[in-house]
Amino acid sequence: MSYIIDRRLNSKKKSTVNRQRFLRRYREHIRKAVSDAVDKRSITDIERGEKISIPSKDINEPIFHHGKGGHNTRVLPGNDQFSAGDHIPRPPSGQGGGGGSEASDSGEGEDEFVFQISQEEFLNFVFEDLELPNLLKRQLAGLEEFEYRRAGFSNEGNPGQINVVRSLRSANARRIALTGKSRRALREAEQELEDTSDKDSNDAIALQEKIRTLKARIHRVPWLDDYDLKYNLHVKKPLPTSKAVMFCLMDVSGSMDQATKDVAKRFFLLLFLFLNRNYKHIDVVFIRHHTSAKEVDEQEFFYSRETGGTIVSSALKLMHEIVQARYSPSEWNIYAAQASDGDNWNDDSAVCQKILTEQILPVTQYFSYIEITNRDRQALWHAYREIEAAFPDSFAMKHLVDAGDIYPVFRELFRKKIA
Amino acid sequence: MSREPISTSSEWTFELVQEYDREIAAIAEEFGLDTYPNQIEIISSEQMMDAYASVGMPLGYNHWSYGKQFLSVEQSYKRGQMGLAYEIVINSNPCIAYLMEENTLPMQALVIAHACYGHNSFFKGNYLFQSWTDAESIIDYLVFAKNYISKCEERHGVDAVEAVLDSCHAIMNYGVDRYKRPYPLSTVEEEEKQAEREEYLQKLVNDLWRTIPKSEKSRKHDKGFRFPSEPQENLLYFFEKNAPLLEPWQREVVRIVRKLAQYFYPQRQTQVMNEGWACFWHYTLLNTLYDRGKVTDGFMLEFMQSHTSVIYQPPYNSPYYSGINPYTLGFNIMMDIRRICENPTAEDRDWFPDIAGSDWVETLDFAMRNFKDESFIMQFLSPKVMRELKLFTIVDDDLREDIEVTSIHDDMGYRAVREAMSAQYNLGNNEPNIQVYSADVRGDRSLTLHHYRHNRKPLDEQSANEVIKHVHRLWGFDVHLHSMEGGEIMQSFHCPPKLELDAANPVS
Repeated sequence: MSYIIDRRLNSKKKSTVNRQRFLRRYREHIRKAVSDAVDKRSITDIERGEKISIPSKDINEPIFHHGKGGHNTRVLPGNDQFSAGDHIPRPPSGQGGGGGSEASDSGEGEDEFVFQISQEEFLNFVFEDLELPNLLKRQLAGLEEFEYRRAGFSNEGNPGQINVVRSLRSANARRIALTGKSRRALREAEQELEDTSDKDSNDAIALQEKIRTLKARIHRVPWLDDYDLKYNLHVKKPLPTSKAVMFCLMDVSGSMDQATKDVAKRFFLLLFLFLNRNYKHIDVVFIRHHTSAKEVDEQEFFYSRETGGTIVSSALKLMHEIVQARYSPSEWNIYAAQASDGDNWNDDSAVCQKILTEQILPVTQYFSYIEITNRDRQALWHAYREIEAAFPDSFAMKHLVDAGDIYPVFRELFRKKIA
Repeated sequence: MSREPISTSSEWTFELVQEYDREIAAIAEEFGLDTYPNQIEIISSEQMMDAYASVGMPLGYNHWSYGKQFLSVEQSYKRGQMGLAYEIVINSNPCIAYLMEENTLPMQALVIAHACYGHNSFFKGNYLFQSWTDAESIIDYLVFAKNYISKCEERHGVDAVEAVLDSCHAIMNYGVDRYKRPYPLSTVEEEEKQAEREEYLQKLVNDLWRTIPKSEKSRKHDKGFRFPSEPQENLLYFFEKNAPLLEPWQREVVRIVRKLAQYFYPQRQTQVMNEGWACFWHYTLLNTLYDRGKVTDGFMLEFMQSHTSVIYQPPYNSPYYSGINPYTLGFNIMMDIRRICENPTAEDRDWFPDIAGSDWVETLDFAMRNFKDESFIMQFLSPKVMRELKLFTIVDDDLREDIEVTSIHDDMGYRAVREAMSAQYNLGNNEPNIQVYSADVRGDRSLTLHHYRHNRKPLDEQSANEVIKHVHRLWGFDVHLHSMEGGEIMQSFHCPPKLELDAANPVS
């Protein structure tokens, strides 16, 4: 006897745990591959999985087996030319008809073990151990908003919340339970009455009487009772602020060439992806500046060309204005990333410092500044240094030279802080 | 009996699968195939990949190596480098067979005949399976193993458990009792006994490692003392019972791996027979079905197409050659046994006087029940099959300059080819023979393993160096491995590696 069972609807992910185990065990390898991939990828296609390859020798499961040498006898099929006693020159070492014993079954001859990880896993590896600074603070602090959520049913509530289906269902159940015995007796009595031939005999009359009382008894069970009523239950849930705005500030003066802008772009992009994983809703504001600042769209931000001098404070002022106009700090988590080659009017750096410390930093979660240059540091850097000392939690700055530096610097900036 | 074909389309439905199963079962019964009840499970290709990754066990404990297996199957399947097997069958009672939903109806029928009646009756009949595995309780035991391992993971951390499993897997092939029938397994008993065993084992071990110092005199006195008194070939068993530093749960993990190794041991020993038997029966059953008009010509064409590709043997010089195809070899021998029984030639009467002309069903049944690959080939590989496959033997000896063809498929060579072929399936020749030689229980507690060379074959250095680290992890103290030939040490491996000057050896 055979049983045929359709298992196709069973879970398909039986190997998920084992897969996770594998990823966990080789996380160092994978992290390295991911880090290389981030550097090499073009900016626009960061949102996909990645092919990871690990040297086979690192993941071999060793077993004892014979090495080359000794006396080996082998049987081969398909003889087309040999007779007993023939001698064949030994093929050069490596592959060939003769030498070698049983290879290990774990994929000898393949140098790389290649597999695919999903986009989500990829991003997990990218952002592993990273935490947006001060993320927690604002989430807990932002408890001003509430939302009602359904939370099952209750026996108490106001009439507006009555759940009709549930109430009637429990009324029905109650009626069935309370009248079961009487109805069975009623059925029997009716059957008996039908079976009696003489409808006018005493027995029949007694039966009719019995049927009447039973019916009355059944009828007395109320259709709907107080304790049948069920109400929809709603609970009040605090809504953490999950809105964030990210300001990208970039110097587009003549001294910033396209390569430098590209580096900056990648940095902004990493930051955006990172925020994307932590907040439901993110606004991005692009502010570009030379001597004066301007809010622009993404395309213009990265690609349009302008020349001129550099006044950094103009961008900071504009950012402050936008925050005041559109992004109330009580509702929004505010992040800012500024990229520059460090050029600035000498007098202006002090102004920047003032705006930052007095107006911007008190309301932002985090302000990061990267300077992309291979020249000596200038006034702006030194001014910012002082800010960093004053606001170590919400201000960070780093210096980088080319694209390869981005990822390490990014990790450095957003490293998970240990309590 | 109706001559109506069961179906004409190649789309399968549950009703049709059932119908085919019924017809095939009826024919199988006529031929006297004795099977466990069948549990046929239809699964999707993803589930098939899952089943692959867990070596065909319906449930296994979690381990990264299964994840690796899964990733590599997935990768090559998605790239189209490899098709999935049409079926996986599990030696259990009821016998579980997985059928892929992508298969066409003829393929499903083929798979049912192959797995549910071929493999199934082999599992039930062959002496190795009968005496070494317990189809009734394997699922039970797998449940126990999975739960136990995950409990250990909770208690001791994934890493700790993984480390022990890694080490056990490395010497899994040395965890088999070859001469003693293992005790049947069952979940309830296992769980009951497990706690008891933990305590008892630890006591035994403690006794062996008594730390009361002995005087110098008495140490010299028992120079002849050696532990274990006889070399032990079941390394896992030896560690489970005697490794000094293992904790009770670690011993249990060793035991679980050992039990699984034991369960898979017969499969490794009967590959040719098992596949040959299953192929013979799917061929015979479906042809009978055809003879009775139950299936159409189109059905048979599709069946023949996949049958021939399954039993295709590329010649030695083909780029597709990767060793002898066990399906081909087994199928040919089985078919030839039937031929010898039904239409013996003079040659057959000469070579197989006792089976030539006998009843083929009985003879095949006898062959299936009482042999393993090695002895089966030795007994039944006929000159005709050797001619058909054009088998020849070569000797590759590192002392000689070239490779010699020692015998081919002719009168002079039949016996030699057959012997060589049989030896090729002797697991004892293929795996290095490694045994526990001694454990220095009175001294530095070091463990010495000996590899006894067969045909002067050395151990592969790289892998030996890796595996010995795992042995060291289980044993806890120094481990030495000597490759011996005629009483002389040819290769030595040590873990921790021996330094040139041992003087400043830091305590690790």
